[in-house]
Amino acid sequence: MVLIDAESGAHLRPLPGGLRHPLYSQDLALGYVAAPDERAARRTLREQIARLEAQLADCVASSLSAKAAVPFAVAGAHGPRVLGIAELERVRDDLADRLAEARQALTQRGLEQERARVRLERMLLAPGEHKFARVAAAELGEGGCGVYQVRPRLGLIGMLAGWWHVKLSSGCPLAT
Amino acid sequence: MTGEPERGWIDAALADELPELSLWTVVAGTPPARRSPPEVRQRLGSLASRFRGAEAVELRRRPVPHAYRVFFRQIGMDPDDQRTPVEEAAMRRLMHGGFESQGTLEDALLLAVVETGVPMWALDDATLDGPLGLRAARAGEQRPRADGFADDLPPGRLVVADAAGPVAVLFGEPDAKHAVTKQTHQVRLFTLQVAGVPDIHVEEALWTALDAGWPR
Repeated sequence: MVLIDAESGAHLRPLPGGLRHPLYSQDLALGYVAAPDERAARRTLREQIARLEAQLADCVASSLSAKAAVPFAVAGAHGPRVLGIAELERVRDDLADRLAEARQALTQRGLEQERARVRLERMLLAPGEHKFARVAAAELGEGGCGVYQVRPRLGLIGMLAGWWHVKLSSGCPLAT
Repeated sequence: MTGEPERGWIDAALADELPELSLWTVVAGTPPARRSPPEVRQRLGSLASRFRGAEAVELRRRPVPHAYRVFFRQIGMDPDDQRTPVEEAAMRRLMHGGFESQGTLEDALLLAVVETGVPMWALDDATLDGPLGLRAARAGEQRPRADGFADDLPPGRLVVADAAGPVAVLFGEPDAKHAVTKQTHQVRLFTLQVAGVPDIHVEEALWTALDAGWPR
């Protein structure tokens, strides 16, 4: 363990006697150990909040293109005011939790899209083996209401002859 | 007559804690005509056409709006509950389908915030006692309301103040007593600069507002 004088910054070297060294008793008696600089801690917490907010903003913006809903709400602390360490820690921890949830939601959405893409590729490769299978464009992270579906060519004839293909329906249903 | 932008004072304890926070003020001149000139309304229209839903979400990643979001978090505000001024403007644009003209002064302030991301407020200069600054509210201070009553200000709440007392809560609308009215003879604009917002953006915001409201 390295001990440092709080005022001078000098390293304190204990003698083999350990805590019985006069320097230590002097430290305790004269209060050499200064109160911790809470301002520095608050500054560090504010920097952490800034970094987490930037990462959360990235997640929220990414969720827009991924068509995923990510949680992003983090409660305030009755501001505007200068927050203490405990309050800054709470904001930082809430942001970190929300960021973890947002990343998890995005990862989950990415996996679902990947699975949908694989299903679509399999449908395109072998439509006959995926009769009437459907993959919605929304599942792929695409906009619109299109649905990829394996359908028989020429209706009943294609069904009997084994002529299958993937069709993309287009357009959203009309509002009723 | 329009003055030069000046920095306001900052309480020493607050400056120690948030060294990059600063307040800028400028005496803009007599209140502009109520109805916005066509060029200002045209500018609002063209701004609205560049400002769509995706832009509103992307805003939080742009440096200046992001800096205000971060500052909101750091002072205990939730920017998704009480939105930053530029995000509030973006939301209004989405809700109304455009930036509706509210009058020259309001339009000038709106143009400044939408174009630069830096918020701006206007005060009746005659009601102010000396230069404006930033400090924490003291015990027993109050905010007068338009109906004659007053709300207590919790000690420690960050406020914009003059020598006589608080003028507005940080990022809030000015108190009724200091708002610009028909009786106002001279308007003073102020803006807040936070960490991550360069001076040039603040100056640009001030000049944008002055240019729209008090063209030379």
